[in-house]
Amino acid sequence: MIKFILNDVEIKTDLKPGMLLLDLIRYNQQLTGTKIGCREGDCGACTVLVGEIKNGHLEYSTATSCLMAIGNACGKHIVTIEGINIDGLNAIQEAFAKEGATQCGFCTPGFIVSLAGFSLDKSTPTYERSIDAMNGNICRCTGYKSIERAAKNFTEILGQRSTQEPVEFAVDNRIIPAYFLKIKERLLKLNGQDTQSATAGNKFLGGGTDLYVQQHDTMPGEAIGFLFDKTELKGINQYDDVCEIGGAATVADIAVSPVFQKYFPALKEYIELVSSTQIRNMATVAGNFTNASPIGDLTIIFLALDAKLTLNDGAQKRTISLRSFYKGYKQLDKKADEFIEKISFVLPAETDRFNFEKVSKRTHLDIASVNSAIKISMEGNVVSSASISAGGVGPIPAWLSNGSAFLTGKEITPENIEELLKIVQSEISPISDARGSEAYKRLLLSQLIKAHFIKSFPALPIQNLLHG
Amino acid sequence: MKNIDSYTHTRGESIYLDDVPLTQGTLFGAIFGSPAAHGKIKKLDLSAAMASEGVVRIFTWKDIPGVNQIGGIVPDEPLFAEDIVDFNGMPVAFVVATSVEHAQAAIKKIIIEIDPLTVVTDPRVARQNNSLIVPPRTFRLGDSDAAFKDCVHVVEGIAETNGQEHLYIETQGAYALPQEHGAIKVISSTQGPTAVQRHMAKVLGVPMHQLEIDVTRLGGGFGGKEDQATSWAIFCALAAYHLKKPVKYSLHRMEDMRMTGKRNPYSSDFRIGLDAELNILAYEATFHQNAGAAADLSPAVLERTLFHCTNSYFIPNVTATAYSCRTNLPPNTAFRGFGGPQGMFVIEAAIAKAAEKIGVSAFEIQQKNLIKSGDEFPYGQLAVSEALPCWNRSLSLFDHAKKKKEIEKFNAENILYKKGMSMMPICFGISFTKILMNQARALVHVYMDGSVNVSTGAVEMGQGVNTKMLQVASTIFSIDPAKVKMNSTSTFRVANTSPSAASATADLNGKAVQIACNNILDRMKTVAADILKCSATEVSIKNEIVHVNDAATEISWDFLVLESYLRRISLSESGHYATPDIHFDASKEKGHPFAYHVYGTAITEVTVDCLRGTYKIDAVNVVHDFGTTMNALIDRGQIEGGIVQGIGWMTMEEIVYDEAGRLRSNTLSTYKVPDIYSVPQMLEIDFLETKNDNLAIFRSKAVGEPPLMYGIGTFFALRNAVKAFNPKSSIGFSAPMTPEKVLMGLYDK
Ligand SMILES: Cc1cc2nc3c(=O)[nH]c(=O)nc-3n(C[C@H](O)[C@H](O)[C@H](O)COP(=O)(O)OP(=O)(O)OC[C@H]3O[C@@H](n4cnc5c(N)ncnc54)[C@H](O)[C@@H]3O)c2cc1C
Ligand code: FES
Ligand code: FES
Repeated sequence: MIKFILNDVEIKTDLKPGMLLLDLIRYNQQLTGTKIGCREGDCGACTVLVGEIKNGHLEYSTATSCLMAIGNACGKHIVTIEGINIDGLNAIQEAFAKEGATQCGFCTPGFIVSLAGFSLDKSTPTYERSIDAMNGNICRCTGYKSIERAAKNFTEILGQRSTQEPVEFAVDNRIIPAYFLKIKERLLKLNGQDTQSATAGNKFLGGGTDLYVQQHDTMPGEAIGFLFDKTELKGINQYDDVCEIGGAATVADIAVSPVFQKYFPALKEYIELVSSTQIRNMATVAGNFTNASPIGDLTIIFLALDAKLTLNDGAQKRTISLRSFYKGYKQLDKKADEFIEKISFVLPAETDRFNFEKVSKRTHLDIASVNSAIKISMEGNVVSSASISAGGVGPIPAWLSNGSAFLTGKEITPENIEELLKIVQSEISPISDARGSEAYKRLLLSQLIKAHFIKSFPALPIQNLLHG
Repeated sequence: MKNIDSYTHTRGESIYLDDVPLTQGTLFGAIFGSPAAHGKIKKLDLSAAMASEGVVRIFTWKDIPGVNQIGGIVPDEPLFAEDIVDFNGMPVAFVVATSVEHAQAAIKKIIIEIDPLTVVTDPRVARQNNSLIVPPRTFRLGDSDAAFKDCVHVVEGIAETNGQEHLYIETQGAYALPQEHGAIKVISSTQGPTAVQRHMAKVLGVPMHQLEIDVTRLGGGFGGKEDQATSWAIFCALAAYHLKKPVKYSLHRMEDMRMTGKRNPYSSDFRIGLDAELNILAYEATFHQNAGAAADLSPAVLERTLFHCTNSYFIPNVTATAYSCRTNLPPNTAFRGFGGPQGMFVIEAAIAKAAEKIGVSAFEIQQKNLIKSGDEFPYGQLAVSEALPCWNRSLSLFDHAKKKKEIEKFNAENILYKKGMSMMPICFGISFTKILMNQARALVHVYMDGSVNVSTGAVEMGQGVNTKMLQVASTIFSIDPAKVKMNSTSTFRVANTSPSAASATADLNGKAVQIACNNILDRMKTVAADILKCSATEVSIKNEIVHVNDAATEISWDFLVLESYLRRISLSESGHYATPDIHFDASKEKGHPFAYHVYGTAITEVTVDCLRGTYKIDAVNVVHDFGTTMNALIDRGQIEGGIVQGIGWMTMEEIVYDEAGRLRSNTLSTYKVPDIYSVPQMLEIDFLETKNDNLAIFRSKAVGEPPLMYGIGTFFALRNAVKAFNPKSSIGFSAPMTPEKVLMGLYDK
């Protein structure tokens, strides 16, 4: 039996664990404040809060309920707009009303819930973070300016929080209702019980941000192997120069991982280009690999890092290279009963350079037209090894073996870069589609590779590279 | 005053179509749309779908008791395809089942065979095939042929704008509930309740009085629910009519995107001629409007393109011809601006191209030719112009000359990034261009306890019209706004309404509310005069207190209301308003079609990343002519929202159909609208209060559509930045300016 807390009510249900949380909220619990704009994670109208106990703390994040299986809600606190309403408008709602940040109102509950998530986050509340919290919410009416103003006003209130626990502060300051104060206790009690219904299957489910977009009709009926909440698949750890990422680690986990922050100084820039706050909270790295989209951002990053995968079929494990995982369009070196238990890679050395580039029609919350990552190791002025990957330029996420090989032993000069680009152009096969024409994708990849070098080697003469 | 819905909106307590509690026994519908864009139906096999779990019945054109026709302007649009399908997604069958899932599962089991016919998606090809929706129309002023001979500079070219998906966040939908005596109540997410009622009556073969269309609010419309909400409501009503059961259909986003029409794409030719002093002497434009498979509102959209073909400029010799071209796309339709933006884009492109050829900046040509009061528009109306005040104020307020220098300096110093700037003056006519639609009614009840209830024909879709209507009533009565309640929009309370469109909703309905309130007030004043033994003309009400010759009396609003009731005086009134002074003779294409014009100027600044082809919009600064705004909070919201929607249309929103007429950008992951990061970093709006008399409600000029056109400035600012990097670039005038077009333009050889 599935058990979780929805607002301040405990839900115990025998509904199928693959059922969408959104449908349970709207059509089973008749909580209609959570809206539907797309059912594919792209509008944020269905945003809910997900509270869970992590390392003894109650932590909240946001998720799009249209892509979240109720099996992934077990033992958690799910909060809809109704669950944050108090007597009269709360501080977020007040700010929205005052600034005219709601017009047709259809997107509004989603925005309010996203900002509630922001208010419960323990990091310092800045205006920039308040905007980031809403980066998965689309509004077609306001043009966002009034929403920005509302967020600014609201952030000022949060600015007075200092060391108080976010939940307590939010209750004290008319942001959320008082029942939140008891949630930790209630969750601890709930987590002592069995909260997940017994299911097992080969239809492995991470966060569902690909599966529920592509197979929303059939997913509820599938025999699902729930991986997302498996403790043994969580975590990002460093062992000497090797980093190990659990098979259920999310993009959000990477973003806050001290290991990643240390070894990838520009991490924030890369992460900002990947989906949205809500989606990153759900999207797993292993899911990105297995979905096998030719433009998966994480896949492209980890191809350049030469990641290794540990596959487990329940009895046996084997380790393969991510580079050899892809056999053809959406074809993998993976048996149906194998799941990715762990991802590992060698962390960049002090002298290594790493960069990730992505261009899409809309800079944020969009799938790349082309993306690319590079890792270069230098010995003095000479490249000792190079690894370049590119997405959107062929049927599988590409590791550019010829280009990478060419660079080895070379100096970084405009001439060599030009030569590299020629080689790269001969090992890709982009096609024209909704994300761009073939000619554009070819030009764009060359530009992104130039961008890698301009960023990594600031002394390069830019003029020559641009007009070369 | 805040939006009156902001309380329930922010708490998630506002009710939209899909939130209406279900009546027991409700069934759920889903449309099976044609998988081909053009062809003859050879076979339609519904048997497997009929046998599918939970299916109650499947409807096709054969089940229509009345006529299979929903065309509004031209009767060329069947509700269901009969033997020919002419766009991908064209409704063929309506499956009704006991759950949404069952209906959707059954759709997949329908078997259809279609003999393909040629698919046309390009309006120019359609014109060549003489496949037009209505005969072409031409607006003429002066003699452009003759004038071109006097021009020193003549430039010609092509300008194109793509369509635009409305992307109201609430998808289309309807819920039909059978009532006694064969009546049907339909809750519909529509901007045009009367249009739904009228077409439904014809399809069902019942009188309009049997059909109540009720609209509480829409989760966005933008024109997309003006005509295109009709079919969903009729499908549900048709099923309810036959099954005597409630039937609901709330579309999935993918169904909505695939089956509904969008802003009309245009491909246009222009020729512009100037004298040595940069006066535009002559302008010719030929517009090819991509109407899609049926007329829908395209002929009216086409007309507005012609009305706005010279934007905010005076050009003495104009010949503008417009073709509405029939293609195999879903019927395209109204979208904020309604053809105006498409027309304005072309003249701006012509000016930009002329400037390039002459070697001056577009700024100089624009400034030189702004329309002045007394100048004639190509359709004969004389301008009462605020073009120059807006333009001049924007230059000084936003320090245009300094900005220009800063940008030049930036561009000289930077290789990786280039900045661009543009000016975008706008001039937009307010009124429905179809004169008869410029009428509205409102029903006002004052209850004996002093509270007031207002019904109008206006549909609330986020534009704040209900807040404005409430303001009108509370202002006229001089009572606390809390005493006034706005009703949902129902065809049983207010009949024969015009759709909420053309930016004119608040004007038309507001004036009707004003008239109704004034009539009630006049009667109440007579009662007061009788009590106070004075003349009714000496009586006024201020803040709920009756005054005589401006001196307060003991009599309150509540008391006077009750007293009026006791004396058997009617406290209800239906106000009727029809815009005066407007006329248009389509045989001459001349007249005075607009109640007034709205003016404004936007200055746009952008930065292009010349390595990646991506860009940021640094600022859009606007001086906008409001008349005298009656609600600055709402009006600011309309301007901001309109600008960002216009920017979306000009930048990232790219509709892609393949050659087979299949929509490729059919989800939110492939069709991108602005998110919170992509809006202009700075967006300032200066409220220009203009003194000229106008016909707007409380002199507060219409604000719904005009700001969208400021977004056009972004296209030209981006283009200027590309040119700053690569002066030889042959980058043309084809919107949207996606990162792809920018990058290809930057590196064009
Ligand atoms: C709105 C939106 C925006 C997005 N934006 C981006 C973007 O910018 N960049 C990007 O790269 N992607 C993007 N995505 C795609 C998606 O979020 C990612 O691919 C994500 O990493 C998938 O992870 P998941 O856990 O949600 O996968 P799921 O949907 O749970 O699973 C995806 C596939 O992986 C399999 N799987 C999951 N976990 C494992 C495992 N441990 N072992 C074996 N198989 C497994 C599943 O069976 C399934 O086949 C976006 C998606 C959405 C909805
Ligand atoms: S409904 Fe759009 S994100 Fe869930
Ligand atoms: S207020 Fe309408 S979508 Fe945001």
